[in-house]
Amino acid sequence: MRVVRWFVGLILLAVLAYLNFFVFRAPLLVKLINVSLFSALFVLYRVVFGPSPADRVIAVDILGVLIIGLLALLGLFYDQGFFMDIALIWALLSFVASLALAKVLEGRRLDD
Amino acid sequence: MIRHHIGMAFIWIGIVFDFLGVLGLLRLPDVYNRLQAGTKCITFGSAGLLFGIFILKGFTTFGFKVLLGIAFIFLTSPVAAHAIARASRRSGIPLCGESVVDLYPGERKSEEDTTHAPAKNS
Repeated sequence: MRVVRWFVGLILLAVLAYLNFFVFRAPLLVKLINVSLFSALFVLYRVVFGPSPADRVIAVDILGVLIIGLLALLGLFYDQGFFMDIALIWALLSFVASLALAKVLEGRRLDD
Repeated sequence: MIRHHIGMAFIWIGIVFDFLGVLGLLRLPDVYNRLQAGTKCITFGSAGLLFGIFILKGFTTFGFKVLLGIAFIFLTSPVAAHAIARASRRSGIPLCGESVVDLYPGERKSEEDTTHAPAKNS
């Protein structure tokens, strides 16, 4: 049963990669941005259906770092620099949110 | 021209590491394994991607902002990962079944399972 699920996932990923890189007509950077967006979608699966609260906290932390790369690629595609400002601010807020969520997960108060 | 190729190579490496890290986040069995896969792979992947963009853009304003982003990721991501791992271990989330050793010197719930625990007197 696990082997069947593994093959279904592998075939699904292969179909997605084929559609993205060989069927979809776009510049190369748009295809790379699509891959990054699919990664963010998989992380959102872990946020919604995570079995324990620590999984959700980890997924939110990782989504922050992933969004930085996505915004840098968008800034490279549109050739404008203010996307990187948004990425830096997103990194700051994600770091603070991760520390606060870790404290809440541990059971301590926020002013401890 | 060669600068464009080197930058695109770094961007490809970053995208591949990002995707493999997210796959590990989906597939691994435990909170700590997921944290390890996600943090290492995605930190290195995003830093490689930003370094490729820095090679493409050169020493402009955009390039220096990208370097600042790399420094910020390398400073903050391990700190956040360590805080989350410590908090989840202290809040009592168990390890997965295939785990071999647990060296965290915290409160141990089951006292009979001390086969792999570290020796107290050494």
